[in-house]
Amino acid sequence: MIYLNAFLFCGIVCLIAQLILDNTKLTPGHITTIFVVVGAFLDVFGIYDKIILWAGGGAMVPITSFGHLLIHGAMATTVEVGIMGLMSGMFNLTASGITAAIVFSFILSLIFKPKD
Amino acid sequence: MEKNKYKNLVNKHTPKENVIYNGLIAFTIGGLMGVLGQALIDIYMYIFNISTSDAAMLMIVTLVFLGCFFTCLGFFDKLVHFARCGLIIPITGFAHAMMSATLEYRKEGLVTGIGANMFKLAGSVIIFGVVSSYLFGLLRLIIMGG
Repeated sequence: MIYLNAFLFCGIVCLIAQLILDNTKLTPGHITTIFVVVGAFLDVFGIYDKIILWAGGGAMVPITSFGHLLIHGAMATTVEVGIMGLMSGMFNLTASGITAAIVFSFILSLIFKPKD
Repeated sequence: MEKNKYKNLVNKHTPKENVIYNGLIAFTIGGLMGVLGQALIDIYMYIFNISTSDAAMLMIVTLVFLGCFFTCLGFFDKLVHFARCGLIIPITGFAHAMMSATLEYRKEGLVTGIGANMFKLAGSVIIFGVVSSYLFGLLRLIIMGG
């Protein structure tokens, strides 16, 4: 059942993005940025946590989960150490994704030549 | 030629985007990416016997690696052109943006090329994500108390 929810949620997010891309003059860069901000906004009232419980991995794959993870790591540290945790804990949960992207693209760019 | 006539001529020859077809493709591919993410989480939880959040982190690393690797092999660009937002909105789009920038500026050297331009396309995601998370985090602290 969670697989169906994952398919529906991730598909609908991509469908909304595609509709924005086709009907406005925004570039893909604008759209991914908007979706990160939307993901962070949905976490203000804890809505995105409920979506993750409902859709599982389907809610972790879209870029909206990046905003959710940023705010979630900051909140978890804030509960422990106070207001400074908002800054020190910001990257706690997203660090693995960002580090992986930096390391892999650096190493792979040394191995592969660009194709055009 | 008059302006209006020219405009009509341009409009006649601009290729029309098939909105419904594009939407269906994005919906299907995006949905399959979601299913793949959930399947990877289940597989990692079963093999390594770890919690859901750790498995989700491993799943994100796997998808980032696949996005980078397929971009290097050269056929991910064609897939992105076909599926559009079905592959841009999942985390693979983030990896694809970083990897293309890195590959493109590789010839300008390690520091001035790769180092300076790696975040050229993907940087806006991180910057706007951090700024908005900081503000929304303050808001959440006031409203919900953490």
